[in-house]
Amino acid sequence: MHIVELDRIEKRYRDVEALRGVDLRLQAGEVLGLFGHNGAGKTTTIKLILGLIEPSAGQVRVFGKTPGTAGARELRRHIGFLQENVSFYDQLTGEEVLNYFARLKGASRQQSRALLEQVGLDHARRRRVKGYSKGMRQRLGLAQALLGQPRLLLLDEPTVGLDPIATGDFYQHLALLKQQGCTVILCSHVLPGVEKYIDRALILGKGRVLAQGSLEQLRQQAALPLSLSLRGASGPLPAPWGEYASPGSDNVTRLQIPLEQKMACLRQLMSLPGLEDLEIQPPALEALYRHFIGEVH
Amino acid sequence: MSIILAVCQKELKDGLRNRWLLGVSLIFALLAVGLAYFGAAASGRVGFTSLSTTVVSLASLAVFIIPLIALMLAYDSLVGEEENGTLLLLLSYPLARWQLLLGKLMGHGTLLALATLLGFGAAAVILGLLNDSVSWAELLPAFGLFILSAILLGWIFIAFSYLISTSVQEKSKAAGLALVLWFLFVLAFDLGLLGLLVATEGDLDAQLFPYLLLLNPTDIFRLIHISYFAEEQLSGLMAIAQHVRLGTVALFAALVFWLVVPVLLALWRFNRRKI
Repeated sequence: MHIVELDRIEKRYRDVEALRGVDLRLQAGEVLGLFGHNGAGKTTTIKLILGLIEPSAGQVRVFGKTPGTAGARELRRHIGFLQENVSFYDQLTGEEVLNYFARLKGASRQQSRALLEQVGLDHARRRRVKGYSKGMRQRLGLAQALLGQPRLLLLDEPTVGLDPIATGDFYQHLALLKQQGCTVILCSHVLPGVEKYIDRALILGKGRVLAQGSLEQLRQQAALPLSLSLRGASGPLPAPWGEYASPGSDNVTRLQIPLEQKMACLRQLMSLPGLEDLEIQPPALEALYRHFIGEVH
Repeated sequence: MSIILAVCQKELKDGLRNRWLLGVSLIFALLAVGLAYFGAAASGRVGFTSLSTTVVSLASLAVFIIPLIALMLAYDSLVGEEENGTLLLLLSYPLARWQLLLGKLMGHGTLLALATLLGFGAAAVILGLLNDSVSWAELLPAFGLFILSAILLGWIFIAFSYLISTSVQEKSKAAGLALVLWFLFVLAFDLGLLGLLVATEGDLDAQLFPYLLLLNPTDIFRLIHISYFAEEQLSGLMAIAQHVRLGTVALFAALVFWLVVPVLLALWRFNRRKI
Protein backbone atom coordinates (compact mmCIF):
# COMPACT_ATOMS: atom_id res chain seq x y z
CA MET A 1 0.00 0.00 0.00
CA HIS A 2 1.17 3.52 -0.74
CA ILE A 3 1.33 5.89 2.19
CA VAL A 4 0.44 8.86 0.02
CA GLU A 5 -1.27 8.63 -3.32
CA LEU A 6 -2.19 11.62 -5.45
CA ASP A 7 -3.95 10.73 -8.64
CA ARG A 8 -4.30 13.35 -11.38
CA ILE A 9 -5.04 16.08 -8.89
CA GLU A 10 -6.53 19.35 -10.01
CA LYS A 11 -7.23 22.15 -7.59
CA ARG A 12 -8.87 25.39 -8.58
CA TYR A 13 -9.63 28.32 -6.34
CA ARG A 14 -12.17 30.67 -7.81
CA ASP A 15 -10.01 32.19 -10.53
CA VAL A 16 -6.66 30.58 -9.77
CA GLU A 17 -5.54 27.19 -10.91
CA ALA A 18 -3.41 26.05 -7.99
CA LEU A 19 -2.60 22.51 -9.13
CA ARG A 20 -2.92 20.71 -12.42
CA GLY A 21 -2.32 17.06 -13.15
CA VAL A 22 -0.27 16.21 -10.09
CA ASP A 23 0.57 12.55 -9.57
CA LEU A 24 2.53 11.28 -6.61
CA ARG A 25 3.04 7.95 -4.92
CA LEU A 26 5.05 7.55 -1.75
CA GLN A 27 6.12 4.31 -0.10
CA ALA A 28 6.77 3.74 3.57
CA GLY A 29 10.19 5.06 4.55
CA GLU A 30 10.60 7.38 1.58
CA VAL A 31 11.76 10.96 1.98
CA LEU A 32 10.42 13.33 -0.65
CA GLY A 33 11.70 16.83 -1.22
CA LEU A 34 8.91 19.10 -2.41
CA PHE A 35 10.28 22.15 -4.16
CA GLY A 36 8.99 25.09 -6.11
CA HIS A 37 8.86 28.85 -6.24
CA ASN A 38 6.52 30.77 -3.98
CA GLY A 39 2.97 30.05 -5.03
CA ALA A 40 3.94 26.95 -7.01
CA GLY A 41 1.40 24.82 -5.14
CA LYS A 42 3.45 23.26 -2.33
CA THR A 43 1.14 24.41 0.44
CA THR A 44 -1.92 23.39 -1.55
CA THR A 45 -0.41 19.93 -2.01
CA ILE A 46 0.24 19.63 1.72
CA LYS A 47 -3.26 20.81 2.61
CA LEU A 48 -4.69 18.23 0.23
CA ILE A 49 -2.69 15.47 1.90
CA LEU A 50 -3.81 16.68 5.32
CA GLY A 51 -7.41 16.65 4.12
CA LEU A 52 -7.93 20.32 4.93
CA ILE A 53 -9.09 20.98 1.39
CA GLU A 54 -10.58 18.77 -1.30
CA PRO A 55 -9.29 18.44 -4.83
CA SER A 56 -11.40 19.85 -7.66
CA ALA A 57 -10.67 16.67 -9.58
CA GLY A 58 -8.63 13.54 -9.03
CA GLN A 59 -8.15 11.48 -5.94
CA VAL A 60 -6.11 11.81 -2.76
CA ARG A 61 -5.41 8.79 -0.59
CA VAL A 62 -3.40 8.76 2.60
CA PHE A 63 -2.86 5.41 4.35
CA GLY A 64 -5.35 4.11 1.79
CA LYS A 65 -8.18 6.41 2.87
CA THR A 66 -9.53 9.73 1.71
CA PRO A 67 -8.16 12.28 4.17
CA GLY A 68 -10.54 14.75 5.74
CA THR A 69 -13.39 12.28 6.04
CA ALA A 70 -14.57 11.34 9.50
CA GLY A 71 -13.31 7.79 8.96
CA ALA A 72 -9.76 9.04 8.37
CA ARG A 73 -9.67 11.26 11.45
CA GLU A 74 -8.10 8.62 13.67
CA LEU A 75 -5.35 8.15 11.09
CA ARG A 76 -4.24 11.73 11.68
CA ARG A 77 -2.76 10.44 14.93
CA HIS A 78 0.03 9.09 12.71
CA ILE A 79 0.62 12.32 10.85
CA GLY A 80 3.06 14.94 12.03
CA PHE A 81 2.85 18.38 10.51
CA LEU A 82 4.77 21.61 10.87
CA GLN A 83 4.08 24.61 8.71
CA GLU A 84 6.09 27.76 8.38
CA ASN A 85 5.68 30.57 10.88
CA VAL A 86 3.60 29.11 13.65
CA SER A 87 3.44 31.21 16.76
CA PHE A 88 2.28 29.17 19.69
CA TYR A 89 0.30 30.37 22.69
CA ASP A 90 2.42 33.11 24.21
CA GLN A 91 1.00 32.90 27.70
CA LEU A 92 1.69 29.21 28.15
CA THR A 93 5.04 27.59 28.88
CA GLY A 94 6.75 25.37 26.34
CA GLU A 95 5.86 22.34 28.39
CA GLU A 96 2.19 23.32 28.63
CA VAL A 97 1.97 23.90 24.89
CA LEU A 98 3.49 20.53 24.08
CA ASN A 99 1.35 18.75 26.68
CA TYR A 100 -1.73 20.31 25.12
CA PHE A 101 -0.84 19.02 21.67
CA ALA A 102 0.15 15.65 23.16
CA ARG A 103 -3.28 15.34 24.75
CA LEU A 104 -5.02 16.14 21.48
CA LYS A 105 -2.94 13.52 19.71
CA GLY A 106 -3.27 10.91 22.42
CA ALA A 107 0.46 10.92 23.17
CA SER A 108 1.81 10.57 26.69
CA ARG A 109 3.28 13.29 28.88
CA GLN A 110 6.42 11.21 29.15
CA GLN A 111 6.87 11.41 25.41
CA SER A 112 6.27 15.12 25.41
CA ARG A 113 8.91 15.52 28.10
CA ALA A 114 11.35 13.32 26.21
CA LEU A 115 10.79 15.31 23.02
CA LEU A 116 11.45 18.59 24.81
CA GLU A 117 14.75 17.15 25.90
CA GLN A 118 15.48 15.84 22.45
CA VAL A 119 14.97 19.20 20.74
CA GLY A 120 17.01 20.92 23.45
CA LEU A 121 14.24 22.83 25.19
CA ASP A 122 14.43 21.03 28.51
CA HIS A 123 16.03 23.98 30.28
CA ALA A 124 13.35 26.38 28.98
CA ARG A 125 10.33 24.17 29.43
CA ARG A 126 8.90 26.21 32.31
CA ARG A 127 9.33 29.53 30.56
CA ARG A 128 6.54 31.18 28.66
CA VAL A 129 6.65 30.85 24.89
CA LYS A 130 6.41 34.64 24.73
CA GLY A 131 10.11 34.88 25.64
CA TYR A 132 11.25 32.17 23.21
CA SER A 133 13.58 33.02 20.35
CA LYS A 134 12.68 32.11 16.78
CA GLY A 135 14.88 29.03 16.95
CA MET A 136 13.30 27.88 20.19
CA ARG A 137 9.82 28.27 18.73
CA GLN A 138 10.92 26.23 15.75
CA ARG A 139 12.21 23.50 18.09
CA LEU A 140 8.88 23.47 19.87
CA GLY A 141 7.17 23.15 16.50
CA LEU A 142 9.35 20.18 15.59
CA ALA A 143 8.70 18.50 18.93
CA GLN A 144 4.99 18.92 18.26
CA ALA A 145 5.29 17.27 14.84
CA LEU A 146 7.14 14.29 16.30
CA LEU A 147 4.47 13.53 18.93
CA GLY A 148 2.90 10.10 18.78
CA GLN A 149 4.39 7.56 16.43
CA PRO A 150 4.34 9.48 13.18
CA ARG A 151 4.17 7.38 10.03
CA LEU A 152 3.93 10.41 7.80
CA LEU A 153 5.68 13.72 8.43
CA LEU A 154 4.93 16.88 6.48
CA LEU A 155 7.52 19.52 7.26
CA ASP A 156 7.71 22.99 5.77
CA GLU A 157 11.14 24.58 6.27
CA PRO A 158 11.81 22.44 9.35
CA THR A 159 15.26 23.79 10.09
CA VAL A 160 14.71 27.51 9.61
CA GLY A 161 16.20 29.39 12.54
CA LEU A 162 18.04 26.33 13.88
CA ASP A 163 21.78 26.38 14.49
CA PRO A 164 23.95 23.90 12.54
CA ILE A 165 24.20 21.45 15.46
CA ALA A 166 20.44 21.40 16.01
CA THR A 167 19.93 21.02 12.27
CA GLY A 168 22.28 18.05 12.24
CA ASP A 169 20.53 16.48 15.23
CA PHE A 170 17.19 16.94 13.54
CA TYR A 171 18.23 15.21 10.33
CA GLN A 172 19.77 12.42 12.35
CA HIS A 173 16.48 11.86 14.07
CA LEU A 174 14.70 11.99 10.75
CA ALA A 175 16.99 9.24 9.45
CA LEU A 176 16.05 7.13 12.46
CA LEU A 177 12.34 7.63 11.80
CA LYS A 178 12.88 6.79 8.16
CA GLN A 179 14.49 3.52 9.19
CA GLN A 180 11.41 2.74 11.21
CA GLY A 181 9.33 3.21 8.08
CA CYS A 182 8.20 6.80 8.49
CA THR A 183 7.48 8.64 5.26
CA VAL A 184 8.59 12.27 5.09
CA ILE A 185 7.71 15.18 2.85
CA LEU A 186 10.17 18.04 3.19
CA CYS A 187 9.59 21.50 1.78
CA SER A 188 12.52 23.84 1.76
CA HIS A 189 14.16 26.61 -0.17
CA VAL A 190 17.58 25.73 1.25
CA LEU A 191 18.31 23.13 -1.40
CA PRO A 192 21.93 22.28 -0.48
CA GLY A 193 20.73 21.65 3.07
CA VAL A 194 18.21 18.95 2.20
CA GLU A 195 19.95 17.44 -0.82
CA LYS A 196 21.62 14.57 1.04
CA TYR A 197 18.56 13.58 3.00
CA ILE A 198 15.98 13.12 0.29
CA ASP A 199 15.31 10.01 -1.77
CA ARG A 200 13.23 11.77 -4.33
CA ALA A 201 12.39 15.26 -5.42
CA LEU A 202 9.19 16.72 -6.78
CA ILE A 203 9.58 20.11 -8.41
CA LEU A 204 6.45 22.15 -8.89
CA GLY A 205 6.08 25.24 -11.01
CA LYS A 206 2.87 27.16 -11.51
CA GLY A 207 0.83 24.25 -10.22
CA ARG A 208 2.34 21.62 -12.48
CA VAL A 209 4.88 18.90 -11.90
CA LEU A 210 8.05 20.04 -13.65
CA ALA A 211 10.11 17.05 -12.63
CA GLN A 212 9.86 14.08 -10.35
CA GLY A 213 12.27 11.33 -9.44
CA SER A 214 15.46 10.48 -7.62
CA LEU A 215 18.36 12.90 -7.99
CA GLU A 216 19.98 10.42 -10.39
CA GLN A 217 16.89 10.35 -12.58
CA LEU A 218 16.63 14.13 -12.53
CA ARG A 219 20.27 14.41 -13.60
CA GLN A 220 19.67 12.07 -16.51
CA GLN A 221 16.63 14.04 -17.49
CA ALA A 222 18.26 17.44 -17.19
CA ALA A 223 21.49 16.32 -18.88
CA LEU A 224 23.46 19.02 -17.14
CA PRO A 225 27.24 18.80 -17.45
CA LEU A 226 29.40 17.15 -14.86
CA SER A 227 32.09 19.28 -13.22
CA LEU A 228 35.58 17.87 -12.78
CA SER A 229 38.58 19.51 -11.22
CA LEU A 230 42.03 18.13 -11.83
CA ARG A 231 45.00 18.99 -9.76
CA GLY A 232 48.58 18.49 -10.81
CA ALA A 233 48.00 17.48 -14.42
CA SER A 234 50.52 19.28 -16.55
CA GLY A 235 50.37 19.87 -20.25
CA PRO A 236 47.37 20.01 -22.58
CA LEU A 237 44.49 17.64 -22.05
CA PRO A 238 43.98 14.89 -24.62
CA ALA A 239 41.37 15.55 -27.28
CA PRO A 240 38.45 16.11 -27.14
CA TRP A 241 38.55 17.09 -23.48
CA GLY A 242 40.62 20.18 -24.08
CA GLU A 243 37.65 22.13 -25.41
CA TYR A 244 35.60 21.49 -22.22
CA ALA A 245 38.33 22.86 -19.99
CA SER A 246 38.42 26.26 -18.42
CA PRO A 247 41.52 27.55 -16.68
CA GLY A 248 41.37 27.30 -12.90
CA SER A 249 43.62 28.80 -10.30
CA ASP A 250 47.15 27.49 -9.72
CA ASN A 251 47.67 23.97 -10.85
CA VAL A 252 43.94 23.19 -11.05
CA THR A 253 42.05 22.61 -14.28
CA ARG A 254 38.27 22.61 -14.38
CA LEU A 255 36.20 20.66 -16.87
CA GLN A 256 32.52 20.60 -17.68
CA ILE A 257 31.71 17.44 -19.58
CA PRO A 258 28.45 15.92 -20.77
CA LEU A 259 27.09 13.42 -18.31
CA GLU A 260 27.04 10.46 -20.67
CA GLN A 261 30.76 10.77 -21.39
CA LYS A 262 31.73 10.55 -17.76
CA MET A 263 33.35 7.13 -17.81
CA ALA A 264 35.14 7.60 -21.10
CA CYS A 265 36.57 10.87 -19.89
CA LEU A 266 37.57 9.53 -16.51
CA ARG A 267 39.47 6.59 -17.99
CA GLN A 268 41.59 8.89 -20.11
CA LEU A 269 42.14 11.49 -17.43
CA MET A 270 43.24 8.91 -14.88
CA SER A 271 46.25 8.08 -16.99
CA LEU A 272 47.44 11.69 -17.23
CA PRO A 273 50.98 12.09 -15.97
CA GLY A 274 51.36 14.03 -12.74
CA LEU A 275 47.67 13.90 -11.78
CA GLU A 276 47.45 14.33 -8.01
CA ASP A 277 43.76 14.64 -7.39
CA LEU A 278 40.52 14.37 -9.32
CA GLU A 279 37.26 15.71 -7.95
CA ILE A 280 33.91 14.89 -9.53
CA GLN A 281 30.91 17.04 -8.90
CA PRO A 282 27.58 15.93 -10.27
CA PRO A 283 25.14 18.80 -10.80
CA ALA A 284 23.77 19.83 -7.45
CA LEU A 285 20.07 19.88 -6.63
CA GLU A 286 20.15 23.63 -6.89
CA ALA A 287 21.42 23.48 -10.48
CA LEU A 288 18.76 20.89 -11.33
CA TYR A 289 16.10 23.03 -9.73
CA ARG A 290 17.21 26.06 -11.72
CA HIS A 291 17.19 23.98 -14.86
CA PHE A 292 13.62 22.69 -14.43
CA ILE A 293 12.20 25.94 -13.10
CA GLY A 294 13.89 27.74 -15.98
CA GLU A 295 11.80 25.79 -18.44
CA VAL A 296 8.62 27.52 -17.37
CA HIS A 297 10.03 30.97 -16.79
CA MET B 1 -15.25 14.33 25.23
CA SER B 2 -11.72 14.26 26.62
CA ILE B 3 -10.56 16.21 23.55
CA ILE B 4 -13.17 18.91 24.16
CA LEU B 5 -12.06 19.08 27.78
CA ALA B 6 -8.41 19.39 26.77
CA VAL B 7 -9.24 22.38 24.54
CA CYS B 8 -11.44 23.87 27.25
CA GLN B 9 -8.72 23.55 29.89
CA LYS B 10 -6.16 25.18 27.65
CA GLU B 11 -8.46 28.18 27.12
CA LEU B 12 -9.01 28.43 30.89
CA LYS B 13 -5.30 28.30 31.56
CA ASP B 14 -4.74 31.04 29.00
CA GLY B 15 -7.35 33.23 30.65
CA LEU B 16 -5.94 32.71 34.13
CA ARG B 17 -2.39 33.29 32.96
CA ASN B 18 -2.99 36.67 31.38
CA ARG B 19 -4.95 37.76 34.48
CA TRP B 20 -8.11 38.24 32.47
CA LEU B 21 -10.20 36.48 35.10
CA LEU B 22 -8.78 38.54 37.95
CA GLY B 23 -9.23 41.83 36.12
CA VAL B 24 -12.81 41.23 35.03
CA SER B 25 -13.87 39.88 38.45
CA LEU B 26 -12.51 43.03 40.06
CA ILE B 27 -14.35 45.26 37.60
CA PHE B 28 -17.62 43.47 38.32
CA ALA B 29 -17.17 43.63 42.10
CA LEU B 30 -16.25 47.33 42.11
CA LEU B 31 -19.16 48.10 39.84
CA ALA B 32 -21.67 46.32 42.06
CA VAL B 33 -20.42 47.71 45.35
CA GLY B 34 -20.05 51.20 43.90
CA LEU B 35 -23.56 51.17 42.50
CA ALA B 36 -24.97 49.93 45.77
CA TYR B 37 -23.23 52.68 47.68
CA PHE B 38 -23.64 55.61 45.32
CA GLY B 39 -26.81 54.43 43.64
CA ALA B 40 -28.90 56.96 45.55
CA ALA B 41 -26.57 59.87 44.89
CA ALA B 42 -29.18 61.36 42.57
CA SER B 43 -31.57 61.71 45.46
CA GLY B 44 -28.98 63.60 47.42
CA ARG B 45 -27.43 61.07 49.71
CA VAL B 46 -24.86 58.32 49.64
CA GLY B 47 -25.00 55.02 51.45
CA PHE B 48 -26.56 51.69 50.69
CA THR B 49 -29.96 51.92 49.09
CA SER B 50 -32.63 49.31 48.73
CA LEU B 51 -31.81 45.98 47.24
CA SER B 52 -34.22 46.35 44.36
CA THR B 53 -32.78 49.70 43.29
CA THR B 54 -29.31 48.23 43.45
CA VAL B 55 -30.10 45.17 41.38
CA VAL B 56 -32.16 46.98 38.76
CA SER B 57 -29.53 49.66 38.27
CA LEU B 58 -26.87 46.97 38.26
CA ALA B 59 -28.82 45.22 35.52
CA SER B 60 -28.97 48.39 33.42
CA LEU B 61 -25.22 48.80 33.73
CA ALA B 62 -24.47 45.12 33.22
CA VAL B 63 -26.38 45.28 29.96
CA PHE B 64 -23.69 47.60 28.64
CA ILE B 65 -20.61 46.05 30.09
CA ILE B 66 -21.17 42.28 30.00
CA PRO B 67 -21.75 42.06 26.23
CA LEU B 68 -18.72 44.25 25.66
CA ILE B 69 -16.48 42.11 27.86
CA ALA B 70 -17.77 38.89 26.31
CA LEU B 71 -17.16 40.21 22.80
CA MET B 72 -13.68 41.38 23.74
CA LEU B 73 -12.86 38.02 25.28
CA ALA B 74 -13.74 35.89 22.32
CA TYR B 75 -13.91 37.92 19.10
CA ASP B 76 -10.52 36.60 17.93
CA SER B 77 -10.97 33.07 19.25
CA LEU B 78 -10.75 31.41 15.85
CA VAL B 79 -9.57 34.11 13.49
CA GLY B 80 -6.72 34.81 15.94
CA GLU B 81 -5.63 31.19 15.94
CA GLU B 82 -5.79 31.25 12.17
CA GLU B 83 -3.48 34.27 12.04
CA ASN B 84 -1.06 32.56 14.42
CA GLY B 85 -1.05 29.42 12.31
CA THR B 86 -2.20 27.22 15.18
CA LEU B 87 -5.62 26.67 13.61
CA LEU B 88 -4.07 24.96 10.59
CA LEU B 89 -1.96 22.87 12.95
CA LEU B 90 -4.90 21.92 15.17
CA LEU B 91 -6.97 20.85 12.20
CA SER B 92 -4.21 18.44 11.18
CA TYR B 93 -4.72 16.75 14.56
CA PRO B 94 -7.21 13.96 15.17
CA LEU B 95 -9.98 16.25 16.34
CA ALA B 96 -13.11 17.36 14.54
CA ARG B 97 -13.86 21.01 13.97
CA TRP B 98 -16.93 20.94 16.18
CA GLN B 99 -14.85 19.53 19.02
CA LEU B 100 -12.38 22.39 18.73
CA LEU B 101 -15.10 25.01 18.58
CA LEU B 102 -17.12 23.59 21.46
CA GLY B 103 -14.01 23.14 23.59
CA LYS B 104 -12.94 26.73 23.11
CA LEU B 105 -16.47 27.96 23.65
CA MET B 106 -16.72 26.03 26.90
CA GLY B 107 -13.37 27.41 28.06
CA HIS B 108 -14.36 31.01 27.38
CA GLY B 109 -17.82 30.39 28.83
CA THR B 110 -16.36 29.01 32.05
CA LEU B 111 -14.00 31.96 32.34
CA LEU B 112 -16.76 34.50 31.99
CA ALA B 113 -19.05 32.56 34.33
CA LEU B 114 -16.30 32.44 36.94
CA ALA B 115 -15.62 36.15 36.63
CA THR B 116 -19.35 36.92 36.96
CA LEU B 117 -19.75 34.63 39.95
CA LEU B 118 -16.63 35.88 41.71
CA GLY B 119 -17.19 39.55 40.99
CA PHE B 120 -20.89 39.88 41.70
CA GLY B 121 -20.77 37.16 44.36
CA ALA B 122 -18.12 39.11 46.26
CA ALA B 123 -20.24 42.22 45.90
CA ALA B 124 -23.27 40.40 47.32
CA VAL B 125 -21.27 39.26 50.32
CA ILE B 126 -19.95 42.77 50.95
CA LEU B 127 -23.47 44.20 50.70
CA GLY B 128 -24.81 41.58 53.06
CA LEU B 129 -22.13 42.30 55.62
CA LEU B 130 -22.24 46.10 55.51
CA ASN B 131 -25.92 46.72 55.02
CA ASP B 132 -28.10 45.87 57.99
CA SER B 133 -31.36 46.77 56.32
CA VAL B 134 -31.16 43.87 53.84
CA SER B 135 -31.52 40.32 55.04
CA TRP B 136 -29.56 37.48 53.50
CA ALA B 137 -32.84 35.78 52.64
CA GLU B 138 -33.68 38.68 50.33
CA LEU B 139 -30.20 39.28 49.06
CA LEU B 140 -29.14 35.81 48.02
CA PRO B 141 -32.02 34.90 45.67
CA ALA B 142 -31.93 38.36 44.08
CA PHE B 143 -28.20 38.18 43.42
CA GLY B 144 -28.46 34.51 42.50
CA LEU B 145 -30.95 35.35 39.78
CA PHE B 146 -28.87 38.30 38.71
CA ILE B 147 -25.68 36.25 38.44
CA LEU B 148 -27.40 33.43 36.60
CA SER B 149 -28.95 35.73 34.03
CA ALA B 150 -25.73 37.72 33.71
CA ILE B 151 -23.83 34.51 32.94
CA LEU B 152 -26.37 33.61 30.28
CA LEU B 153 -26.14 37.08 28.77
CA GLY B 154 -22.35 36.78 28.68
CA TRP B 155 -22.55 33.36 27.03
CA ILE B 156 -24.89 34.70 24.37
CA PHE B 157 -22.38 37.35 23.41
CA ILE B 158 -19.51 34.86 23.52
CA ALA B 159 -21.53 32.77 21.08
CA PHE B 160 -21.95 35.87 18.90
CA SER B 161 -18.18 36.40 19.03
CA TYR B 162 -17.64 32.89 17.76
CA LEU B 163 -20.09 33.47 14.96
CA ILE B 164 -18.14 36.60 14.02
CA SER B 165 -14.81 34.83 14.41
CA THR B 166 -15.84 32.02 12.07
CA SER B 167 -17.21 34.43 9.48
CA VAL B 168 -14.30 36.78 8.81
CA GLN B 169 -10.73 36.35 7.66
CA GLU B 170 -8.98 39.05 9.69
CA LYS B 171 -8.77 39.87 13.35
CA SER B 172 -9.32 43.59 12.75
CA LYS B 173 -12.55 42.89 10.88
CA ALA B 174 -13.72 40.66 13.72
CA ALA B 175 -13.06 43.46 16.21
CA GLY B 176 -14.99 45.93 14.08
CA LEU B 177 -17.94 43.60 13.65
CA ALA B 178 -18.00 42.89 17.38
CA LEU B 179 -18.32 46.60 18.08
CA VAL B 180 -21.07 46.99 15.50
CA LEU B 181 -22.95 44.09 17.05
CA TRP B 182 -22.60 45.59 20.51
CA PHE B 183 -23.83 48.93 19.26
CA LEU B 184 -26.83 47.33 17.52
CA PHE B 185 -28.05 45.25 20.43
CA VAL B 186 -27.14 47.52 23.32
CA LEU B 187 -27.90 50.97 21.92
CA ALA B 188 -29.50 51.03 18.52
CA PHE B 189 -32.22 48.46 19.02
CA ASP B 190 -33.92 50.26 21.91
CA LEU B 191 -33.59 53.61 20.18
CA GLY B 192 -35.11 52.17 17.04
CA LEU B 193 -37.98 50.66 18.94
CA LEU B 194 -38.66 53.88 20.81
CA GLY B 195 -38.48 55.76 17.53
CA LEU B 196 -41.00 53.38 16.03
CA LEU B 197 -43.28 53.94 18.95
CA VAL B 198 -43.06 57.71 18.70
CA ALA B 199 -43.42 57.72 14.92
CA THR B 200 -46.59 55.63 15.11
CA GLU B 201 -47.76 57.81 17.99
CA GLY B 202 -48.21 54.79 20.16
CA ASP B 203 -50.43 53.18 17.56
CA LEU B 204 -48.41 49.98 17.72
CA ASP B 205 -50.30 47.05 19.09
CA ALA B 206 -49.73 47.23 22.83
CA GLN B 207 -49.96 43.47 23.03
CA LEU B 208 -47.37 42.92 20.32
CA PHE B 209 -44.90 45.46 21.54
CA PRO B 210 -43.37 43.65 24.51
CA TYR B 211 -42.76 40.63 22.34
CA LEU B 212 -40.58 42.76 20.07
CA LEU B 213 -38.27 43.08 23.04
CA LEU B 214 -37.65 39.34 22.82
CA LEU B 215 -35.74 40.08 19.61
CA ASN B 216 -32.96 41.53 21.71
CA PRO B 217 -31.25 39.39 24.35
CA THR B 218 -30.14 42.42 26.35
CA ASP B 219 -33.78 43.50 26.71
CA ILE B 220 -34.74 39.99 27.81
CA PHE B 221 -32.07 40.24 30.46
CA ARG B 222 -33.52 43.51 31.74
CA LEU B 223 -37.07 42.15 31.62
CA ILE B 224 -36.02 39.33 33.94
CA HIS B 225 -35.04 41.83 36.60
CA ILE B 226 -38.06 43.99 36.11
CA SER B 227 -40.38 41.07 36.45
CA TYR B 228 -38.58 40.14 39.63
CA PHE B 229 -38.67 43.61 41.18
CA ALA B 230 -42.02 44.69 39.86
CA GLU B 231 -42.51 47.55 42.26
CA GLU B 232 -39.60 49.57 40.88
CA GLN B 233 -40.11 52.88 39.14
CA LEU B 234 -39.22 52.35 35.54
CA SER B 235 -38.62 54.58 32.61
CA GLY B 236 -38.29 54.15 28.88
CA LEU B 237 -39.08 50.98 27.07
CA MET B 238 -39.13 48.86 30.16
CA ALA B 239 -42.04 50.80 31.58
CA ILE B 240 -44.11 50.02 28.51
CA ALA B 241 -43.26 46.37 28.64
CA GLN B 242 -44.08 46.17 32.30
CA HIS B 243 -47.72 45.36 31.99
CA VAL B 244 -47.18 42.31 29.87
CA ARG B 245 -45.93 39.68 32.19
CA LEU B 246 -43.66 37.10 30.73
CA GLY B 247 -42.73 34.64 33.40
CA THR B 248 -39.14 34.43 34.56
CA VAL B 249 -38.90 30.89 33.23
CA ALA B 250 -40.15 31.95 29.80
CA LEU B 251 -37.62 34.76 29.73
CA PHE B 252 -34.81 32.39 30.67
CA ALA B 253 -35.97 30.05 27.92
CA ALA B 254 -35.76 32.97 25.50
CA LEU B 255 -32.17 33.63 26.62
CA VAL B 256 -31.27 29.98 26.12
CA PHE B 257 -32.74 30.17 22.63
CA TRP B 258 -30.54 33.20 21.95
CA LEU B 259 -27.56 31.16 23.13
CA VAL B 260 -28.23 28.02 21.12
CA VAL B 261 -28.90 29.71 17.79
CA PRO B 262 -25.54 31.52 17.38
CA VAL B 263 -23.67 28.46 18.64
CA LEU B 264 -25.31 26.32 15.96
CA LEU B 265 -24.69 28.97 13.32
CA ALA B 266 -21.03 29.24 14.37
CA LEU B 267 -20.63 25.45 14.16
CA TRP B 268 -22.19 25.43 10.72
CA ARG B 269 -20.00 28.27 9.45
CA PHE B 270 -16.83 26.81 10.94
CA ASN B 271 -17.50 23.48 9.26
CA ARG B 272 -17.80 25.14 5.89
CA ARG B 273 -14.89 27.49 6.40
CA LYS B 274 -12.03 27.26 3.92
CA ILE B 275 -8.67 26.95 5.60
